[in-house]
Amino acid sequence: MKRLTLLALAAIVLLAAAAFAQTITVGFTMSKTGAYTVDSMEQYRGFEMWRDQVNAAGGIKAGGKSYQIKFASYDDESNSKRVQQLYTRLILEDKADFLFSPYSSPLTTNASIVTEQNAKVMLTTGAADEKTYKLGNNLLFQMFAPGGEYLKGALDALKAKDAKATVAFVYEDAAFSVAVVKPAMAYAQQIGLSVVFSEAYAPATTDFSAILDKVISSGATVLMGGGHYPDGSTLARQLGARKANLKMVTLLVAPDSPQWTELGDAGLGVTVPSQWEPQVVSKPQFGPTVAQFVKDYEAKYKTEASYESAGGYAAGLILQHAIEQAGSIDSGKVAAVLNSMDVTTFYGRTKFSPNAADHGLQVGHTMVIAQWQKDKSGKMVKQVVWPVAGKSADLKYPIH
Amino acid sequence: MTMRRPLFWLILITAGVFAYLPLRGNNISLREDLILVAVAIILASNLNLMIGYTGYVNFGHIVFYGLGGYVGLYLATVRNWNLVVAALAAGLAVSLFAFLLGLAILRLRGAYFALATIGVLVAVQAFVSNFDPWGRSTGLYVEFTSYESLGGPVRALWITYFLVIGLMALSMILSLSIKISKFGLGLFAIREDEDAALVLGVNTTMYKSIVFSVSAFLPAVAGALMFFKNGMIDPSIAFEFMLSLEGIVMLMLGGQGTVVGAALGPGLYERLRAYLLTSPKLSNFHLVIAGGLLLLVVLFAPGGLIGWLYRLVPRSSEVME
Amino acid sequence: MSGILASMIDGLLVGSVYGLAAMGLSLIWGVMDVINLTHGSMIALGMFGLYELFIHIHTNAYFLLIPVIAGGFVLGIVVYWISVHWVVGRSQLMSLLSTFAVNMMVIGIGTAIWSTSPYNVNFSLEGISVGKYTFTGNHIAAATSAVVIALALELFLYRTRPGKAIRAIADNREAAELMGISSVAVLTIAFGIGIALAISSGALVSTLFPFTILSGATYQMKSFVVTVLAGLGKPFGALVAGVLLGLLEGAVTPFIAVSWIPLIEFGLFVVVLIAFPKGIFVRASA
Repeated sequence: MKRLTLLALAAIVLLAAAAFAQTITVGFTMSKTGAYTVDSMEQYRGFEMWRDQVNAAGGIKAGGKSYQIKFASYDDESNSKRVQQLYTRLILEDKADFLFSPYSSPLTTNASIVTEQNAKVMLTTGAADEKTYKLGNNLLFQMFAPGGEYLKGALDALKAKDAKATVAFVYEDAAFSVAVVKPAMAYAQQIGLSVVFSEAYAPATTDFSAILDKVISSGATVLMGGGHYPDGSTLARQLGARKANLKMVTLLVAPDSPQWTELGDAGLGVTVPSQWEPQVVSKPQFGPTVAQFVKDYEAKYKTEASYESAGGYAAGLILQHAIEQAGSIDSGKVAAVLNSMDVTTFYGRTKFSPNAADHGLQVGHTMVIAQWQKDKSGKMVKQVVWPVAGKSADLKYPIH
Repeated sequence: MTMRRPLFWLILITAGVFAYLPLRGNNISLREDLILVAVAIILASNLNLMIGYTGYVNFGHIVFYGLGGYVGLYLATVRNWNLVVAALAAGLAVSLFAFLLGLAILRLRGAYFALATIGVLVAVQAFVSNFDPWGRSTGLYVEFTSYESLGGPVRALWITYFLVIGLMALSMILSLSIKISKFGLGLFAIREDEDAALVLGVNTTMYKSIVFSVSAFLPAVAGALMFFKNGMIDPSIAFEFMLSLEGIVMLMLGGQGTVVGAALGPGLYERLRAYLLTSPKLSNFHLVIAGGLLLLVVLFAPGGLIGWLYRLVPRSSEVME
Repeated sequence: MSGILASMIDGLLVGSVYGLAAMGLSLIWGVMDVINLTHGSMIALGMFGLYELFIHIHTNAYFLLIPVIAGGFVLGIVVYWISVHWVVGRSQLMSLLSTFAVNMMVIGIGTAIWSTSPYNVNFSLEGISVGKYTFTGNHIAAATSAVVIALALELFLYRTRPGKAIRAIADNREAAELMGISSVAVLTIAFGIGIALAISSGALVSTLFPFTILSGATYQMKSFVVTVLAGLGKPFGALVAGVLLGLLEGAVTPFIAVSWIPLIEFGLFVVVLIAFPKGIFVRASA
């Protein structure tokens, strides 16, 4: 009899605990297949590690309740049309409370149309195009530093090493790369570097022979541009196969992935503008330290974290902080906290623009330039080479 | 004369059902599903005018939808025109484009015409990807404030929905009217034997040009509305070859050359596709199943579902035409 | 070496692969009046065929061409019996649709197996450098292979009995049947060869660029342009037309942005369809 009562009591307590253990559903799509696979899955790992760590520590605590985080996600196949249908589903059927963006600027802009139509907060990561935030939104919040920032560092570094360098811009004709390269070209001319060639290639181009022939003909000694992993890695490969022997090659996104080592020598010396590197020094106000994040990630996934993963984790961290500060999961209250937020985490400084003209644009985060170099044992490693103040190695120039 | 056909009233009732169902209980999910069905019906019905009635296979039909989207979105957002006016203007502009294009390629017969239409689709996509005023590969975006003129995003989506349902009804009524008209007879004559039709006095060149141009109008208007609803357009989603081809599958499945077939096929196929795409195990097999269905139809039942129905119940051809 | 010359040589090299791809299409079209819309997916299968063999058997990728082509021939026979045999002789629309249906199925199965993420065949041969330009070894090997295969096909068609039988059926099927040639056997073999050619071009492309199951579509489009330029049923003419197309691309790209090329090619395509329905190599003697 006594045992039965005890059992019943235990059951009641468990049920009560379960009733109190509420869930917050975070919805997003990822590109399990298609052109963005590599980068998107790295971003997903950031989300996943955040969720697992927070749930293990008891969940998000707000307004006297504890919330476990639940993900609702689908494969968008790197396809913008799917994104709209899937985000509608996430909001209407999966009842997502908050949304993360897909990976990449065009998919994120598509998702934002749906989230804005349904008045839901979305934290965007893996998306640097500024235009998304100039369409008159209320509830978008960008984690990545915007496109215009990407190549400034690379150009400054180049100017410091070789003011007579001749630059060619070869880039994907798509939202993100255009948002990076157009301001970069203007900046290059502003600081006195000579731009001798520039051409955009259609998305999904695989044959760069014609465009690279033009680069070689132009006499350029430096090439900057690219887009995402598939075209970036192909450009590096084809540059190697054609023995272009440029003095500096800066490609967007692609070289930041740990998968870059599969290119071997063709990938050596390539520089990449990065949203975050493990060598970056940062004093976090909450969340893990840089060292802790790096260690946890490598232990869990047996590979190094790229900046996409850091961005994913940071998105979760910032959302969590905003919910905790707001004391509620109401979208309006959380958005108000995000609007006034100015914090530092392992990821760096995060501050969103509260102005109507460019609401949600990231205005606090800065970027670094990383370069693939060989360490003493001959292994390929990424070093931070710019800005000079926080570097972990010198910029190798010329690379050939 | 069209109004005497029972099918005419069936069409209106169907449109009414489409309009009413999601309203009841504010079922947004259902509305989103039904609008995709409606668009599929609009595309298939107008494609039917070329394939089913005239016997000219247009593989690039989606180019009208995409161009309509671009013209409509450009006028509505960059030039700030009223959405309905912009959509109608898009329809007219694309019809004109179709007419001019027809002058060049309608003189080709059979498979050559089909191949030329594929070429047109690819060429237009390449052109738009390089066209600065339309955003090149990045495309055009609708500012969220554009919905204000329609009373906010929620209301704007409903308005778009009803307009699209209206276009769906119009497409089917158009198909029916042409079918029972002298113009339609001329088209069927061209389909059966173009040279004989010519000899018998049918002005084949003019007939083909008109039907080609007409088949572009409603898809273009629908494109303008849909891409406005979706908030953005870019070359890869505007000119998706796969959509063009699925249009053909849907039409063959339902029964090309019939009005009901051009609605039934898309209805069933769209539901099948939606189911397959969200089912985690089967989403990869969507193309396999679609291809398999098409193969079965081509090999064993070229008249599609409606053809099979006619054989089963011969009198049905009087109502379900 | 000037930039334009380098560009044209590059164009010539890749053009031979376009030509090889088009040969299969042209042969099938010429022999049985079937426009093979499985062409693109077969090219893609060729890419994956070589890839799969290569990652399991680590040898010179070009030696692996032979089993890939043989496999392609067998696959062609299978496709023929699934979809083409029943529609030969019916309207062209039917064969367009039936081959297109098979195309969709192959792409669907391919997506299920390999997804739509890009793949690479990581095998490169040393290139040849002239001045500041280098012509990659893979491009040279691909062009050479294409020419060799084309010559082999010409020899087959003109010097062997099955080859002559194929040409007879292409010329006049009834007459050939009256002479005792089994048209079913010939059509089967011809289709198999056509697919094998498509597969071989895909295999060669896989050594040049990254690819997905959807990559065949671009080469299918180029094949149509080339086939129409060359005229139907003239496989060697297709190779020449492919090389010319590549040369044209190479000559034009130094002056305009590369992204305009598809537009120019399709403009050319439509113009040739309208003005030269029998191809630009039409000989005066009918």
